[in-house]
Amino acid sequence: MSAVAGRGAAQGVAGGATTTLRRTRRADLGGRAFRGLAVGSGALILAMLAAVAGFLLLEAAPALTASPAELAALSWMPDDGSLWRYVGPLAFGTVLAAVLALGLAVPVSVGIALFISHYAPRRLADVLGSLVDLLAAIPSVVYGLWGALWLAPRLQGPWAWLADHLGFVPLFAGPASTPPRVMATVGVVLAVMVLPIVTAVSREVFLATPRLHEEAALALGATRWEMVRMAVLPFGRSGVVSAAMLGLGRALGETMAVLMILGPGLTYSLALLQVGRHQTIAANVALQFPEANALGVSALIATGLVLFVITLAVNSAARWVVARRAVGGAR
Amino acid sequence: MARRRTALALALVLVATATACGSDDPLTHPWRPGGAGTPVPATRTAPPGDATGALAGAGASSQESAMQAWIAGFQAANPGATVSYDPIGSGGGRTQFLEGAVDLAGTDTPLDADELAAARARCAPGEVVELPLYASPIAVVLRLEGIERLALSPATLAGVFAGTVTRWDAPEIAADNPGVALPDLPITPVHRSDESGTTETFTAYLAGAAPAAWPFAPSGTWPLAGGQSAQGTSGVVQTVADGEGTIGYADASKAGGLGTVALRMGDAAVPASPEAAAALVAASPVVPDRGPTSLVLELDRAAADGYPLVLVSYVLACTAYDDAATTDLVAAFLAYVASEAGQEAAAQAAGVAPLAPGLRARVLDAVARVGERT
Repeated sequence: MSAVAGRGAAQGVAGGATTTLRRTRRADLGGRAFRGLAVGSGALILAMLAAVAGFLLLEAAPALTASPAELAALSWMPDDGSLWRYVGPLAFGTVLAAVLALGLAVPVSVGIALFISHYAPRRLADVLGSLVDLLAAIPSVVYGLWGALWLAPRLQGPWAWLADHLGFVPLFAGPASTPPRVMATVGVVLAVMVLPIVTAVSREVFLATPRLHEEAALALGATRWEMVRMAVLPFGRSGVVSAAMLGLGRALGETMAVLMILGPGLTYSLALLQVGRHQTIAANVALQFPEANALGVSALIATGLVLFVITLAVNSAARWVVARRAVGGAR
Repeated sequence: MARRRTALALALVLVATATACGSDDPLTHPWRPGGAGTPVPATRTAPPGDATGALAGAGASSQESAMQAWIAGFQAANPGATVSYDPIGSGGGRTQFLEGAVDLAGTDTPLDADELAAARARCAPGEVVELPLYASPIAVVLRLEGIERLALSPATLAGVFAGTVTRWDAPEIAADNPGVALPDLPITPVHRSDESGTTETFTAYLAGAAPAAWPFAPSGTWPLAGGQSAQGTSGVVQTVADGEGTIGYADASKAGGLGTVALRMGDAAVPASPEAAAALVAASPVVPDRGPTSLVLELDRAAADGYPLVLVSYVLACTAYDDAATTDLVAAFLAYVASEAGQEAAAQAAGVAPLAPGLRARVLDAVARVGERT
């Protein structure tokens, strides 16, 4: 830019006007190119979304239009060949896993984020922040291996204790299965996986709390905890909700870790400690795909379509919640 | 400044998350059969051959490790030849073979009547070749403190997996194992969660040997709901190893250090071994009326000295292809697979039972017909 300006100055006062004009035109060309690129990128997102939706619909069509008798010939279909009866427990398991993971991860994430933003000494906060970011970089296969080979055997004791002492709660109904390749174990691993993203976003939101609010609270004699409760948390609530929704998106679609840890089954059971009760859509597709015939692949893609719809619904709901909260927060 | 740095960190987190999600893709995942290269052990090389060209095969994933050993051995002997095998599953392999998309296919179940007719049309004017080149024992594995070997009758085994025999010190198990101190523990049966030829073989054995205790039809998908399960052979072995009082079924060559069950046949108890599996295959008659090159075995699982739980997988081919070079290459490849070097390579790589002499002669006879002008 300075080179162009220098050349313009060297041409003297007389040429100044034309140079400016040429520069404007040239800048405009760049501007128009950039605008085109930006619009193109935006359109590409829409096109990709439409392509994925179209692919799912097109490929699922044979299964959606097949007669129950044809579908029942697939060995893993219910005997009556009803696609809905097959997808139902899968969708339930998917949502259960994601909700469980969020229930475990969000409180911890908010705690970590608050510690980093408001409690920890600056140097420790920096180190801790980058460590949390590092957690996000670990591939899900590694989480799956860790969960299946290391964590699951060690959770046997805690799960047995839960089933013995809190077995009256439907969630902890016993007997706890051994080895614990159960939904509860999956929930813990998924929670660790969504923790970084929820923590990172929450931390940013908490750091953005207006300094004046915090100082005002402190000046009124609030302790640090009271300041966090009165100034930081209300300000950050909508941000934490959107962070949780980002985490939910990841938990809903997680495949590899679930596939490697969970002993699947197709029921609507709430018993998190019993094996062979739950399965998620994504893990089921990966599990059954290798040996599936053409109709089987189509049926699996139909379940993928359901996952697509669930994810879309969850994201839309999250946007709606965030938008409503944001208005409330501004008031 | 601090804001910008944190924003950068956030962007990094998002990018990293996106990359991490990329590894979820089940199609290219290294754990998926064929997703990443499996190391192939060194094989004894046959005399150098001059076969050239490319062959495409697809089918049963059970054959994958044996097929990789065969391909490695064949390509080492014939540097000009390339053979590929895509372990997409038996059903997919048969379909692709019938459509002419692949030259060879592997399948755990022989062609049914309709498929055989379609295969005859695909191979015309040649014949359909079906060879039982892969036979591997399936071991019943267990983890029980202090017990390495247990004998179970078919009815007891079926009861254990059907959930009617629930404790290790049950009278049925004690009756099969006189003198063995059995622990007072619940039994946890472990099955395959994915559809597989191993499950189909196992359920076919139970349904045939103990129909009263196992009232389910043979199926590649486990017929009972619930219970412990895991993906793939390695998953089942891992789950059995992680538990206490667990029992499962897996390819015998992958059973690792787990205890195994000898299957009781009358008075004798036969442990899983390639030789005992070969004895069963040798004692099983070939289904007649399928043509001279179609050697489909009617498995006689009650054979006196054989191990009854054997997964037999077939290689499908034609005696003639549209293009003579492909025909020659198929003939050379099948001849290598049926040769002693090929059989030994598969035995080392995958614990495959060697072909019995009588069957081997018929296989070689069928292979010799590939490329004969009809």
